[in-house]
Amino acid sequence: MEVKIYSTPTCPYCKMAKEYLSSKGISYQDIDVSTDKESLQEMIKVSGQMGVPVVVINGSAVVGFDRSRIDSLLEI
Amino acid sequence: MDKVYDLIILGAGPAGITAAVYAARKKIDSLVIALDIGGQTAWSGDIENYTGYQFITGQDLTLKFQEHMSSFGIKTNIPESAKEIKKENGLIRTTTDKAEYLSKTLIVATGKRPRLLGVEGEKEFKNKGVTYCATCDGPIFKDKDVAIVGGGNSGLEAALQMSKISPKVYIIERGPQLTGDQVIIEKLNNASNVEIWNNAVVKKIYGEGFVKGIEIEKDSKGYSLDVEGVFVEAGLFPNSEFANILNKNDWQEIVIDCYNKTNIEGIFAAGDVTNVPEKQIIIACGEGSKASLAAFKYLATHKL
Repeated sequence: MEVKIYSTPTCPYCKMAKEYLSSKGISYQDIDVSTDKESLQEMIKVSGQMGVPVVVINGSAVVGFDRSRIDSLLEI
Repeated sequence: MDKVYDLIILGAGPAGITAAVYAARKKIDSLVIALDIGGQTAWSGDIENYTGYQFITGQDLTLKFQEHMSSFGIKTNIPESAKEIKKENGLIRTTTDKAEYLSKTLIVATGKRPRLLGVEGEKEFKNKGVTYCATCDGPIFKDKDVAIVGGGNSGLEAALQMSKISPKVYIIERGPQLTGDQVIIEKLNNASNVEIWNNAVVKKIYGEGFVKGIEIEKDSKGYSLDVEGVFVEAGLFPNSEFANILNKNDWQEIVIDCYNKTNIEGIFAAGDVTNVPEKQIIIACGEGSKASLAAFKYLATHKL
């Protein structure tokens, strides 16, 4: 399973989402869009918007820290 | 549904969490229902007026609150939001977006949320250039021109943050002058890339897919500003809509007395959602503890 999270260091929901994934034992790639412009463009492309966090699970983008959608995509 | 809690707390900001901690120490059978943890504290940048911490970020203080609450094993249903409260046969029925609950007492500590501008394009471009959390989304607008709507402290803090990473920052203020603290205003006056528009009102946010600019009106004249980011910092609105049975003031804040009692017996309220003067984290915490103690006394003196 491939899990990516696009985040900024200052966003509380990014932190909560990352902690949530860790608590479920899910490893993920953390992408800081505040420093990486190409990744920011990539995030806008996959999610169609500019808000963080965006969690991408096996190619499906979840905008914001939406626990129930994350759970259903992770099938936990 | 047959279960009757002694206490249900709505909200998990400073007021709700403190109420929960006090309830746990009194061994009150309680449940916390909230949309998120930390509330506005989680969105706050730097905090320098919470006693015991000379400096702490909103995120870290939220984490401390969360740890404190978790240490008591308090039952929490998050994210879940209240839709209606009713008093029935001496008990309180809370309906949420997910379930119904009964309790003997209730503390409403649902806080406030950012006020919307209510202009064309605001909804359409939400998260597509329009943001309500400068702390969260600020870094995304690096090297882009932005407009901050609102000249109060939160608007000015956002402007100061953005002035360091954006080529041009506009502050749009309805009134004749900025209303934030002088200390921040002076810092902004020293920033060469900040332009202040007083007596100006945003009329429209426009773009194609993403924000391209805003239309503003000043002295009966119209102007367009090319910006890719619009930071709405136009004040706050209480999350009190679901509490129809409670008395509210003109600003839709729940009216309480000095014991945090509302007009309905057994229902208490605390923090920013109430008419308590001054909205501060430390005040919300104090109010949460008062409401919890008041609920405890109510439970001890009422057979339900």
